[in-house]
Amino acid sequence: MSVVELQNVSRWYGNVVAVNDISMTLQPGVTGLLGPNGAGKTTVLHMMAGFLSPSRGAVTIDGKPTWRNPSIYRTLGLVAEREAVHGFLTARQFVIACAKMQKLPDPEAAAARALAMVEMTDAQDRRIETFSKGMRQRARVAGALVHEPQVLLLDEPFNGMDPRQRMHMMDLLHSLGDRGHTILFSSHILEEVEQLSGLVQVIVAGRLAASGDYRRIRRLMTTRPHVFALQSSDDRRLAVALIGEKSVSGVEIESGGLTVRASDYGSFTRALPRIALGEGIRLRRLLPSDESLESVFSYLLEA
Amino acid sequence: MSTVAYITARGLFGRRRVLLLLPLPVLLVGLALICRAYDVDPDQWGQAVVVGLGLAVVLPVTSLIVGTGVLGSEVDDGTIIHILTKPLPRRDIILAKLLVAVGVSAVVSCVPLYVAGVLADGNRFGLALAAAAAIGAVAYSALFLLLSLLTRRPVLLGLVYILVWEGLLGRFVSGTRVLSIEQYVITIADKIAPTDMLPGKVNLTVAIVMSVIFALGGTVYAINRLGSFSMAGETS
Repeated sequence: MSVVELQNVSRWYGNVVAVNDISMTLQPGVTGLLGPNGAGKTTVLHMMAGFLSPSRGAVTIDGKPTWRNPSIYRTLGLVAEREAVHGFLTARQFVIACAKMQKLPDPEAAAARALAMVEMTDAQDRRIETFSKGMRQRARVAGALVHEPQVLLLDEPFNGMDPRQRMHMMDLLHSLGDRGHTILFSSHILEEVEQLSGLVQVIVAGRLAASGDYRRIRRLMTTRPHVFALQSSDDRRLAVALIGEKSVSGVEIESGGLTVRASDYGSFTRALPRIALGEGIRLRRLLPSDESLESVFSYLLEA
Repeated sequence: MSTVAYITARGLFGRRRVLLLLPLPVLLVGLALICRAYDVDPDQWGQAVVVGLGLAVVLPVTSLIVGTGVLGSEVDDGTIIHILTKPLPRRDIILAKLLVAVGVSAVVSCVPLYVAGVLADGNRFGLALAAAAAIGAVAYSALFLLLSLLTRRPVLLGLVYILVWEGLLGRFVSGTRVLSIEQYVITIADKIAPTDMLPGKVNLTVAIVMSVIFALGGTVYAINRLGSFSMAGETS
């Protein structure tokens, strides 16, 4: 089990501050790194991977600094955004070379395992330059996984993958996370992050805007009303009863049910069954409709 | 280290750039053969071919193409990341790449220089040229390998060094010769096999000490720079 830690990390280029006083701890499991373009995600990933020195603060893996410390690559695997691979090698030669440079006792067996993990066994003897973008990406992931690193950092790992490959990669990252590996991946596609991980680190304008389970983050945004979609046996009567409730700030009656805005998530979810019971109304559906990662993310960007 | 050297050599010979290595040695040997075939006095062509083409062009340009190719190309296309994300001491990576660069540069430049030397003034002169060129290949390779880590345009900067510093300033401003690898090679070759063809203009001690400083200093500095390699392809 490895822990990646950033302590008050800042990085600036001349007068431009790319990352501003970020502290975060990555525990085993899968975490998504989110942020708009230019927010500083890649800078953070590069500092974690030892390819950029923090201007201030410390970036460590299991207490050891990542900058100017090649020994961390025994526990760290990196899949960078840039797709370059040694195209003149076959996938097998490439992964075996990675295993040899990791000084693994049986490079061939380790390479075969890694290639099977990314479903590349059939194409392993083709030169990488003949691969599609997605296959190239999988070859790179095999190279990064060959030594079974405790920490795996991936910058936009799903780029160029078709839906089936994407699904397979998600399963792979899930299973690695479940087995105690610490996985951090960045993505600009919110659906991917939502499917793969509840845990997010959101970076906006170089600062850590939020950290943790995005549903919990949403509930902590108390200044923004929570939106629920509701269906019941008598929507109009329920709307009248709800508007008298203190935690409800608005109710809209629509053709398919009610849209309720609640200022306090906890009070509303406790009050709703009591009110429905008191009025003799049967609740058919209750859905928090702005708890998606997309809405959490857009709220954070607007904040 | 052997895996890094293997990838480096495969990468070097897999690029079209390697074809640039062929014409110059062929031209050097070809010119020497023609002069010899027509019985031209070596005093008339020796210096122009051996020094003007061999030591001033073939050796440094070969070392430049190879020295920047072993690391600079990987830095340019980003494939270096697959080597750097391994728990290898940066010293091993640089030494493996330097080994490939020196080996290829030495073979490509020493063999034609030896042949041209033999044709001009016999076996001893050929061996002296080959030995001095091998020393020059080490110093040039270390310098150009370092340039790949210091600038994004190592070939341009290397050409400026070869053409402007060594080629132009080295001829007219005597002080610049102390920092000219070409001059060290000429001096060393001249001391091994003295002839009128090699106009050695620096002291032998200076030539040896400075060659060692270029080779060692360039290597040590390159190891240090590679240790602080940043993902954008620049070192900080």
